[in-house]
Amino acid sequence: MNILETHDLTKEFGRFTAVAQLSIAVAGGETFGLLGPNGAGKSTAIKMMTTLLPPTSGTAGIAGYDIVRQAGAVRRVIGYVPQLLSADGTLTGYENLLIFAKLYDIPRRERKERIDSALEFMGLSDVAGQLVRTYSGGMIRRLEIAQSLLHKPQVLFLDEPTVGLDPVARHLVWDHITELRREYGTTIFLTTHFMEEADILCHRVAILHHGTVRAIGSPAELKSSLNIAEPTLDDVFVHYAGDSLATEEGGFREASRLRRITRRLG
Amino acid sequence: MKHHDCDALPAGWDSPLATLTGFFRKTFVIAELEIRKLRHDPTELFFRAVQPALWLLVFGQVFGRMRGTGIPQYRDFIAPGILAQSVLFIAIFYGIAIIWERDLGIVHKFLVSPAPRSALVLGKALSAGIRALSQVVIIYVLAAVIGVHINWHPAALLGVAAVVVLGAACFATFSLVIACIVKTRERFMGIGQVMTMPLFFASNAIYPIDMMPRWLQVIAGGNPLTYEVDALRSLMLVQGASHYGIGLDIGVLIAATAILTAVGVRLYPRVVT
Repeated sequence: MNILETHDLTKEFGRFTAVAQLSIAVAGGETFGLLGPNGAGKSTAIKMMTTLLPPTSGTAGIAGYDIVRQAGAVRRVIGYVPQLLSADGTLTGYENLLIFAKLYDIPRRERKERIDSALEFMGLSDVAGQLVRTYSGGMIRRLEIAQSLLHKPQVLFLDEPTVGLDPVARHLVWDHITELRREYGTTIFLTTHFMEEADILCHRVAILHHGTVRAIGSPAELKSSLNIAEPTLDDVFVHYAGDSLATEEGGFREASRLRRITRRLG
Repeated sequence: MKHHDCDALPAGWDSPLATLTGFFRKTFVIAELEIRKLRHDPTELFFRAVQPALWLLVFGQVFGRMRGTGIPQYRDFIAPGILAQSVLFIAIFYGIAIIWERDLGIVHKFLVSPAPRSALVLGKALSAGIRALSQVVIIYVLAAVIGVHINWHPAALLGVAAVVVLGAACFATFSLVIACIVKTRERFMGIGQVMTMPLFFASNAIYPIDMMPRWLQVIAGGNPLTYEVDALRSLMLVQGASHYGIGLDIGVLIAATAILTAVGVRLYPRVVT
């Protein structure tokens, strides 16, 4: 059974079409990746599904709830980790989780246990009492994933989960996401422009370019569709999304934003 | 954590009563967030004491010696005005915090949570109110030092605290609305400067309305800060008297906050785009 479905989901900003008629279906327990160069419309698509942006046209349903008409219900069954590192640096790791436990109506008697187990699952128990300011980028990202898991979401949305992280931190985040999927069967919807990330984490991927889906399938299927020797997902990506990984679409804003994230991670 | 048995929606989660209690609970959670932040780093609050100290100790003392102002006890007159001014400054730059949280993506996570938008906006307003309470302590200490005739009755103190929270909530919501429109820190800083001084000078904070030219009296009469000062003057001082009546003062502040909150609730979700 599909836990997430979109039908012709479209978002226009003025005359610019960020996402055009996106129609995808994600099965329960699946990890689905939306791949694309910067500016391809990945974040816009994820913002619509998480109720942050109203679609211009088309529909989408999550766990049977409509993202526009039943936005409140959708918000209760999804978890979301935005692209930016968004944990509050002036609070401790524990407090960051506590605030969200309260916002998500987790009963008082269960709060501590859930927060503790989420922190432990993400390997952050030892630093729970420290201010998040003192965390590394990888730790902040893991804290945010812990934050998004407190209410046991049916679908977890990760927008560029490892952007700006160094390779070691990136692999650690991948390990945790893999474990999350394996142990609890959480459906994960992620966006990325790292081919390796999609290859390791995703059951199926859709390649998005200029707001439209160019190809969809498992990484293996997409690779074998190319008819070249030892294809990589990079080859697939170049084949479907043009010859550059970072198009000019993102432009100055994208570049300065990425640099800001990198700087913040120190 | 067992994710395979996901949380079902609790029965009756969208009943009117659950919605109402949820609204107040979430509002206080956002305010709790602010208290926790302040507890970790209260230094900022102390730097806030410099400006009111200058107004009370320098401007107030000199201006009070001028003949013909018609105000016998100028330091008594100005103390509530400076309290209102400090609260205004804290509240009006609250929008910067909103933009900061937007740039970091914190707002995105709040908006994806099931907390009602109105609770998020009102929670932010209440947070500014809590921050502004620190100014009450600072101004009361300064005012006591220079011999302002302060009404120390507990009911009067509570009244002052309530008016301060309400005033801060009003202008913080105004600030939030501006922040949601301009969206960048640079533009906000410019507009923040432009807004604060007219609000301050077109009010009864440092001179009585009667002294103003007619056109300014009209503007001051529509400025919520005037009503905040008026309420503070009647509550803070031993011989305090309200010009408009405290009921009208509080009514104007609540009405202004309610209207601005309604506008803020419409604009806040758009801040992420």
